[in-house]
Amino acid sequence: MTTLSDIRDAVDAAAAPRRPSTWRRLARNPSVMAGGVILLVMLAIALVAPLLGTIGPSRIDPISRNKTPGTEITMRADDGTRVLRTAWMGTDSLGRDVYSRVIYGTRVSLAVGVAATIVSVSIGLAVGLLAGYLRWLDAVAMRFMDGMMAIPGILLAIALVSLWGAGLLTVILAVAVPEIPRVVRLVRSLVLTIREEPYVEAAVALGTPMPLVLVRHVMPNTVAPLIVQATFICASAILVEALLSFLGIGIPPEIPTWGNIMAEGRALFRVFPHNILFPGIFLSLTVLAINVIGDGLRDTLDPRMSKRI
Amino acid sequence: MDGETPILDVRGLTIALPAGADRRLAVDAVSFTVRPREIVCLVGESGSGKSVTGFSVMGLLPKTLRATGGQVLLAGEDMLQATPQRLRELRCTRMSMVFQEPMTALNPVMTCGEQIDEVLRAHTTLDAPARQRRIVDLLGRVRMTEPERMAAAYPHQLSGGQRQRIMIAMAVALEPALIIADEPTTALDVTTQAQILELIKDIQRQFATGVLFITHDFGVVAEIAHRVAVMRHGRLVEFGPAADVLSHPREAYTRMLIAAVPGMAPPARAPAGLKDEVLRVDRLAKTYETGGWLGRKRSVNAAAGVSLCVRRGETLGIVGESGSGKSTVARCVARLVDPSAGRILIGGQDIARLAAGALRPFRRKVQVIFQDPYRSLNPRRTIRQSMVEGPMNYGLGAVPALERATALLDLVGLEAGALDRYPHQFSGGQRQRICIARALAMEPELLIADEPVSALDVSVQAQVLDLIEDVRRRLDLAILFITHDLRVAARVCDRVAVMRRGEVVEEGLIEAVFLEPRHEYTRALLAAAPGKDWQFGALAAG
Repeated sequence: MTTLSDIRDAVDAAAAPRRPSTWRRLARNPSVMAGGVILLVMLAIALVAPLLGTIGPSRIDPISRNKTPGTEITMRADDGTRVLRTAWMGTDSLGRDVYSRVIYGTRVSLAVGVAATIVSVSIGLAVGLLAGYLRWLDAVAMRFMDGMMAIPGILLAIALVSLWGAGLLTVILAVAVPEIPRVVRLVRSLVLTIREEPYVEAAVALGTPMPLVLVRHVMPNTVAPLIVQATFICASAILVEALLSFLGIGIPPEIPTWGNIMAEGRALFRVFPHNILFPGIFLSLTVLAINVIGDGLRDTLDPRMSKRI
Repeated sequence: MDGETPILDVRGLTIALPAGADRRLAVDAVSFTVRPREIVCLVGESGSGKSVTGFSVMGLLPKTLRATGGQVLLAGEDMLQATPQRLRELRCTRMSMVFQEPMTALNPVMTCGEQIDEVLRAHTTLDAPARQRRIVDLLGRVRMTEPERMAAAYPHQLSGGQRQRIMIAMAVALEPALIIADEPTTALDVTTQAQILELIKDIQRQFATGVLFITHDFGVVAEIAHRVAVMRHGRLVEFGPAADVLSHPREAYTRMLIAAVPGMAPPARAPAGLKDEVLRVDRLAKTYETGGWLGRKRSVNAAAGVSLCVRRGETLGIVGESGSGKSTVARCVARLVDPSAGRILIGGQDIARLAAGALRPFRRKVQVIFQDPYRSLNPRRTIRQSMVEGPMNYGLGAVPALERATALLDLVGLEAGALDRYPHQFSGGQRQRICIARALAMEPELLIADEPVSALDVSVQAQVLDLIEDVRRRLDLAILFITHDLRVAARVCDRVAVMRRGEVVEEGLIEAVFLEPRHEYTRALLAAAPGKDWQFGALAAG
């Protein structure tokens, strides 16, 4: 019933001038706030990891292997003196301090999540804008993207890592590439509607060159849904990175990542579950926080999308 | 008719708006009555509260709106106090509603017969064959040809007018005492609108119902109303017999509204003279092709063999119903779509086939004003950014571009302070002024106005039309004016071309076409214009 929604629109429009700014609305959204606080804590942990009572995350101590959480261990400091230290999260099968590894692992996980999101969103945005606006490119680009989507994301990532060899950069790319088609599809569908808007046609009539039309008039109007999508990509990237590390094909085992720590603890999981428990908690908390932020952003920035779901 | 108990008696109806709206009350102490066998028109501009009033009678108010006072008496029973269950019983049996958009008001996955049947099943004890007979009878009474076939059809198989007939058949299925029609003809073409208005009058006589007819169009009011209630900002401005209100309005607001309605008779105009040709369109055609590759190809001729010519200082109108191809012609001339055949001569040079690069010098000569002022300005750019974009594309410096923007805003009646605001901070009429200023900033030779006032209220419409007339005279512009509204065409055009199904059926001076139409379709269009016998243009604003 158009007329009923017309009334609502009129009511909304009447209320519009006093609508608070986007930032204020975001600050009022409980899920954005809750997720944001958790994520900020994680970010702080990553930044000041050396100051949080950690020791070298790769430091091996054969004497104190497989200690349960809370055990006091003596270890030799660099100057030869012996120090007594409590391993809050226990140690792994090489005697490395799980607490230090989990804290340092935050750095890698967040870095992979953010970097993979930036890579996939920027490539996806560029391809999506062009594919949505240029008809001749659309068919070619979208069939290629369909082809990429036909390969399961994890398998594609595994294939790419084995192709390029393991390392932080290759893992970031391997995690980012399977996400690109999803971004392209989202952006393209937005562009298809935006380019029919009279203000885009007006810009064409004003003689604005095509690249400028895309950057000035089309792109800014795709931003809100794209930010929402980016949070979900970030969460999924962190998970995929952990999964690749867990399978032993991701970032080399000497670099502490949450996936690597869990992979290390896999063999003795029944006896010493702490090796999987603590990085698991950090991983779930982070991914949960990002997803919750994404939901909140969607409700605030893109109310149509939340109604649809 | 006098002395009868009214079927609907609205007394001091007051409806509150949610906090934070631009006014406190959506409807403020409104009182009027609808008697049996009477059509009352509730007329007003957008935001006047007329639809909210209609919905409150049906008990269909959105949850954010609450009736805070007054009574809505339907045959003596207060609808505002009725329980949801009682309202459900009364809907269809005592009162029913016809909506604006017949496509979305009908369920697309049910046949029309099933949808009428649903009403009968819910409220009557008739058995299936009896209901079937009743459905066919109803469809006959709303003058559907082949009622049996129509009952078996799905909504998408019918035209807009036929769908509206189905809605009316559903509304009268249980012979309610009151029908509320909320802009039932606004989404329809003018010839279809005339048929539906005729049908509503006929139905109202056949079933002896009272009709509350909500509309913004004074032409429609003049056509069907017995009594008129004029609303503004939620208040009832004037209520009385149609003839009185239309010819001797008591309130200044009503006088202003009626004076703003253009008359059907074109005003006397200074002859444009034979100046240079700015645009000549020669046998222009546009064919849209869909499918192909694997599916079967289908093609639609949106325009075929269209030839036109516009001279400097002259306004050529293209009138026609939806789907007649008038917008396609405009978009081809602006090269927003590529024509399939024919020539488009701007200043003597054919631009129909030019590639993007070669087209650039011509872009500045042809500017477009679009129908929807809410969508023709980028919501994320300030007015300043929108205004200087075009001139700066053609090498004008930032400072002179800004000076030009300021001067043009002044010309269209906006202050320079508007430059740093965003489109959502302006009303529809102001936005359309900004769009006109933006087009003029390019110093064009030809201005294409594609339904520039269709989305505006009648009082704002008059101002924008005056502005377009004013800039044409001052800047000696050629204007291609696309409209479906014959009154608007009569007001601003020197010559007019009538289009139907992609072809120009008649073209000539506005007086000749409007006063002595040669083609039968032109005659049908003119005859269908609502309130054509009413001398709207004659009444002076006072």
